[in-house]
Amino acid sequence: MGEIFANYDIVGAVWKTIQLAVLSAIGATVIGTIVAVLRVSPVPVLRGIGTTFVNTFRNTPLTVLMIMSVLGFSFLLGLQIREDFADNAFWWAVIMLSLYHAAFVCEALRSGINTVPAGQAEAARSIGLTFKQSLLEVILPQSFRGAIAPLVSTYIALIKNTTVAAVIGVAESAGILATITENEGGSLPLFLVFALIFVVLTLPLGVLGTNLSRKLAVKR
Amino acid sequence: MAEPLVVLKDVNKHFGDLHVLKDINLEIGKGEVVILIGPSGSGKSTLCRTINRLETFESGSITIDGKELPEEGKALAELRADVGMVFQSFNLFAHKTILENVTLGPIKVRKVPKAQAEKRAMELLERVGVAHQAAKYPAQLSGGQQQRVAIARSLAMDPKVMLFDEPTSALDPEMINEVLDVMIGLAREGMTMVVVTHEMGFARKAAQRVVFLADGQIVEQATPEEFFTNPKSDRAKDFLGKILTH
Repeated sequence: MGEIFANYDIVGAVWKTIQLAVLSAIGATVIGTIVAVLRVSPVPVLRGIGTTFVNTFRNTPLTVLMIMSVLGFSFLLGLQIREDFADNAFWWAVIMLSLYHAAFVCEALRSGINTVPAGQAEAARSIGLTFKQSLLEVILPQSFRGAIAPLVSTYIALIKNTTVAAVIGVAESAGILATITENEGGSLPLFLVFALIFVVLTLPLGVLGTNLSRKLAVKR
Repeated sequence: MAEPLVVLKDVNKHFGDLHVLKDINLEIGKGEVVILIGPSGSGKSTLCRTINRLETFESGSITIDGKELPEEGKALAELRADVGMVFQSFNLFAHKTILENVTLGPIKVRKVPKAQAEKRAMELLERVGVAHQAAKYPAQLSGGQQQRVAIARSLAMDPKVMLFDEPTSALDPEMINEVLDVMIGLAREGMTMVVVTHEMGFARKAAQRVVFLADGQIVEQATPEEFFTNPKSDRAKDFLGKILTH
């Protein structure tokens, strides 16, 4: 086992996983919030765009999105994000992870928005807040709190789903695990080590989520 | 009567097949306190909510202080800032403290500096008797206290007219008077008020006019004394008979 750790950059691979996870989580949160706002907006066209986005990305397998990005967009259409092959794959992975999970973030937020009674929005409008102000000051702050539990589940799924980036050659945890297995043969302890790494990454998030939703719960 | 502040002309509204407001014509003068009363489903709450366009209507027009209600958007938000609204279920912002509830509108809509908004908010909370609760969250207050905060929140916008949609219906009996007292005080100071309520004591003490609605139509209008002792229409007699026998 020590030999494997010496010969392969396992720490670097885990670091890649963390980078993928953090960047994609930021991307998914930003895009997902925008799409959620579209889906609750009073304009039918915007709602349609939001719904189409969610239906498209929620119902397409992540593996298909990944392969489509590099093989389809990069190789066939020439859409290179970076010159370097590995960098290009990494950033495509971030984009696809962001888009895919944005659909789930959107739906988690929307379920949060549904926890806010209609009277809150009416009161916000009746004191003269615009649609945007009502969202930012009254609806979204309460929605985020109601959405913590489903959001945490989405982020945990995202962390584990970063492993799909291995299919386009991103040298993250699952990628290096495949490489080691190929070169050195399968090893049960090694699989366990990698499983454990993901537990270490995801478990605290779950605990944090439970504590946060308890602490920040909006009392009615 | 003073120059009308709120004018409704031929207002019609449907909920699907249900014709909830039928050719409503109503003028409310500056400083006038008008009670909307009527059986359940008569459209009185809907009418009240239509005045600041929380409910849309299909035809007719509503003007407030000479300005016609605009379509949804910035202009409507500006107009709503001038129309206070107090709800049956209080609707205080659950994630904000009492003080923040009262200062949110002035700071965000009127662009009042925070310190000044807080000073004024404390005066208003003092006036409705909940100043010592300023740092608490709505869920920590009783219903009567929450409703008084809701009134202070509306007052902080210096509204031209205030709408009350069954403000005491969700309250325990012993809390009703504390809210009505605040409302009577407002009426005495000349606030223009439209109140959906069955509180006859309040109507007699504070209102100039009772508007009786049934099936989406204005059936009868009179002074509170006249209406409660000598109703003209059969519909009103029937309604009062049902609520007065107990």
